[in-house]
Amino acid sequence: MAVLVDANTTVICQGFTGAQGTFHSEQAIAYGTKMVGGVTPGKGGSTHLGLPVWDTVAQAVSATRVSASAIYVPPAFAADAILEAIESEIALIVCITEGIPVLDMVRVKRALSGSRSRLIGPNCPGVITPDACKIGIMPGHIHKRGKVGIVSRSGTLTYEAVAQTTAAGLGQSSCVGIGGDPVKGTDFIEVLEMFLADPETEAVIMIGEIGGQSEIDAAEFIAANKVKKPTVGFIAGATAPPGRRMGHAGAVISGGKDTAAAKFEAMRLAGIHVAESPAALGSTMVKALRG
Amino acid sequence: MNIHEYQAKELLKSYGVTVLEGHVAWTPEEAAAAAAKLPGPVYVVKSQIHAGGRGAGRFADDLNGKGGVRIAKSVEDVRAAAEAMIGHTLVTKQTGPAGKRVNRVYIEAGCDIARELYLSLLVDRATARVTIMASTEGGMEIEEVAEHHPEKIIRVAIDPAAGIWGFHCRKLAYALGLTGKQIGAFTKFVTAMYEAFIKLDCAIVEINPLVVTGAGEIVALDAKVSFDDNALYRHPDIEKLRDESEEDPKELEAAKYSLNYVALDGQIGCMVNGAGLAMATMDIIKLYGSSPANFLDVGGGATKERVTAAFKIILSDPNVEGILVNIFGGIMRCDVIAEGVVAAAREVSLSVPLVVRLEGTNVALGKEIMAKSGLPIISADNLADAAEKVVKAVKEAA
Repeated sequence: MAVLVDANTTVICQGFTGAQGTFHSEQAIAYGTKMVGGVTPGKGGSTHLGLPVWDTVAQAVSATRVSASAIYVPPAFAADAILEAIESEIALIVCITEGIPVLDMVRVKRALSGSRSRLIGPNCPGVITPDACKIGIMPGHIHKRGKVGIVSRSGTLTYEAVAQTTAAGLGQSSCVGIGGDPVKGTDFIEVLEMFLADPETEAVIMIGEIGGQSEIDAAEFIAANKVKKPTVGFIAGATAPPGRRMGHAGAVISGGKDTAAAKFEAMRLAGIHVAESPAALGSTMVKALRG
Repeated sequence: MNIHEYQAKELLKSYGVTVLEGHVAWTPEEAAAAAAKLPGPVYVVKSQIHAGGRGAGRFADDLNGKGGVRIAKSVEDVRAAAEAMIGHTLVTKQTGPAGKRVNRVYIEAGCDIARELYLSLLVDRATARVTIMASTEGGMEIEEVAEHHPEKIIRVAIDPAAGIWGFHCRKLAYALGLTGKQIGAFTKFVTAMYEAFIKLDCAIVEINPLVVTGAGEIVALDAKVSFDDNALYRHPDIEKLRDESEEDPKELEAAKYSLNYVALDGQIGCMVNGAGLAMATMDIIKLYGSSPANFLDVGGGATKERVTAAFKIILSDPNVEGILVNIFGGIMRCDVIAEGVVAAAREVSLSVPLVVRLEGTNVALGKEIMAKSGLPIISADNLADAAEKVVKAVKEAA
């Protein structure tokens, strides 16, 4: 079954007729994703890529069954698009857009609580269940349907994990890019919960970065959870210098737990198999599965 | 984006935040004239650089002298202090050993300090809300307070839908031990700060110290404001406050081409697509026994123009002894990237070893283009191979 998306997921694209929306919708259709149309204000009633275009998300929802929306609108309009999708109760909203003002995301996050929607992203590659449904900008051809669930804060580093697990013959159940922004729709723990509950996912790769402490929370969650699956972890940024910020407040709020060293340590304590090198994600997983 | 203290105070003042009267000066004469406009008899002369620790910092040409913030008791003292600062390099805990050149000073009225507190606003990742932090330990480095006395930091998260209310401020005020009229003044102060934070799309506003005066007023003695770069498009007036002399020239050049560049002190220049993979590439260079000269994320579109610009910026660093290009193209075609790399390498007449790892569609064609170019480009098959090859090539070239 995999997580979040499968062969029955029906998808609209917000920002459908723009360059990004067009290109990635074409790619999604070619991959086999059930695209059912798209939204571009002012272009309602026309067709694009052989699919209907609506002016509003509400019109799309009343015209057809929509289980997910892929958002490719520019950063200045992205929060608006997400909020519109939330109001139309789209179950899964995937926002690819990079560079959304953080205070816009603070408001979006507030609107998500108590809503019927889950947001993945922003600033992420998207979500894919190989051979079933691809929502996002990831290259479909590197994936192979299989047993490893991948959750990551980083886009291209996710591809690295995918390529390595494909090369190792393991394949992926689903891959979820949660995005690199400080305020985002879905964090590690929520995706880990899904992977641990999913029978098709036999093992998990979790890729974090420096900054914030959600990887620490995730490691603690894994340590405490009753369901255990072999988990491989990597944190990017061990060699990155401390951020050059003017005030010190950013470092304080995370209580000094935001370094790569602290996160690797939390992973080890939780029994996660730490990949020492970003090139060793696949081989570490092969070892972890051997037990 | 960061701004200077005097700019921060001017902005905050326009939102109703209480600051002391002051004027910026670019020359000792302007400093004296600025002081003459203030009531006296005590003045404070403050070096304006984008770094903290100015008071405890020392000037590079007078290491045993006074710091970057000085009290002056006369207009003539102000002039002398300004003379000792303007054009001189101030080294503080935050500037690094190279220090920063002081180009302007801020002349401020003296103040009768009864208590020094700490106050800051920022977006907290964990709560996804604007959070106000306060502490009785004003004037100290807040990171040290957090480490040794975490109980002395009080946090209040603001619901973006409801906004800031009196109880938020009273909670902080009582925890800070404020009494009587101070509580009303503090509430007004914090509310104004929050308004400014939201309206100006700030990333951090930090007031350290926040001062309670002998008369019971609440005043911002220092102010650090930084803005969310993603939101600058809606604040052209704030963009004008940018001081390019405070920024790394290579990073400024990179920003023109939408390249995300951070200078480091290693030998191997890196060009990577995606921030996470860029950091991971730096990490693996270290694992193979060398160290990265930079972080550089070329983003999604590695066109010839951007690759050329990236090469030029990387090579402008004299420490670079080799370059590793790591592009996980994904949907982007490797042949197009390869053509860009070849053209860029020719244009800059590359003189150091170049290792290129490409992944994505048309990998074989991409490798062929590089092989046929006649350029000494070393092709790598995967991330580990690339790191190993570049470290080896640099050692052999040395």
